[in-house]
Amino acid sequence: MNITINGKSYPLTSAKNLSDIVSSFCKQSSHVITELNGAIIPSDQWTKTNLQDGDALELVTFVGGG
Amino acid sequence: MIDSPLVIAGKSFTSRFLLGTGKFKNKKDLNDSIASSGSQIVTVALRRIDLERHEENILEHIPSHITLLTNTSGARNAQEAVRIARLAKSSGCGNWVKIEVINDSKYLLPDNQETIKATEILAAEGFVVLPYISPDLYAARALVKAGAATIMPLGSFIGSNQGLKTKEFIQVLIDEIDLPIVVDAGIGAPSQAAEAMEMGADAVLVNTAVATGQDPIGLARAFALAVEAGRMAYLSGLALKHSLGSASSPLTGFLYDELPAN
Repeated sequence: MNITINGKSYPLTSAKNLSDIVSSFCKQSSHVITELNGAIIPSDQWTKTNLQDGDALELVTFVGGG
Repeated sequence: MIDSPLVIAGKSFTSRFLLGTGKFKNKKDLNDSIASSGSQIVTVALRRIDLERHEENILEHIPSHITLLTNTSGARNAQEAVRIARLAKSSGCGNWVKIEVINDSKYLLPDNQETIKATEILAAEGFVVLPYISPDLYAARALVKAGAATIMPLGSFIGSNQGLKTKEFIQVLIDEIDLPIVVDAGIGAPSQAAEAMEMGADAVLVNTAVATGQDPIGLARAFALAVEAGRMAYLSGLALKHSLGSASSPLTGFLYDELPAN
């Protein structure tokens, strides 16, 4: 199956939950914010949230800004 | 002279200098500049994580006692600003948001109407909302009604370092709006920050002028001193301007008994 992360398509070989995705894709672990198909998923829900084919995931974090 | 603290949404601050965290050359400069600025509120932004390379987490360089103010940069309308604010809040890093809605790439001017819409929605959800606007009395009044915690009028174009081009319009907000006025954008030198404070602004926010200067740490301190000096001058009541000369020492009674005739 394929999911879109930050606008780019990635193949997933096996079913995974959001926690697995965050740890395998993000090189930083803290302050990762997730939005799945337009809905914010709090980090305490990540292990319970399974990814489906065609899902669109946004992984965002804090950067410098004025 | 004892000053009252800056109070925003019930929270008190002794510093009236807000620092932006963009454009710093490295995280050490940022960290040291925050320290030398004495700022108690700093702004940050949200972006997609770059999955290809490791990026340092900026929050690790901001001391935990500092209030984080997340901006909604990148938002082109109210809906996008609301989305960014909600994402930021979900991180658990507080509910303070600087609404910044920009749909113009040349001047980067904020869209006041969309900013009002976003403020209404987010204030109703319990966010502490600091809207960034072009200084306009009607927009500011609408923002007060919408539940804004401060008004942040721009001094000149973002990042332009041109100073207080909108000075007279900011003065209108200072005189008429019963919320803290935080002058944001365009302040390029400590003298301009002092000028804003002398006018009666409650605080100023500076980013580019500190981050892109030769020595950001020194500049952060210089701005902090200027903000303090300007505030003290405002509280002390500046003397009136005169169109003609007015001697501060006696000119007669020693060499002459009368002033020369014109």
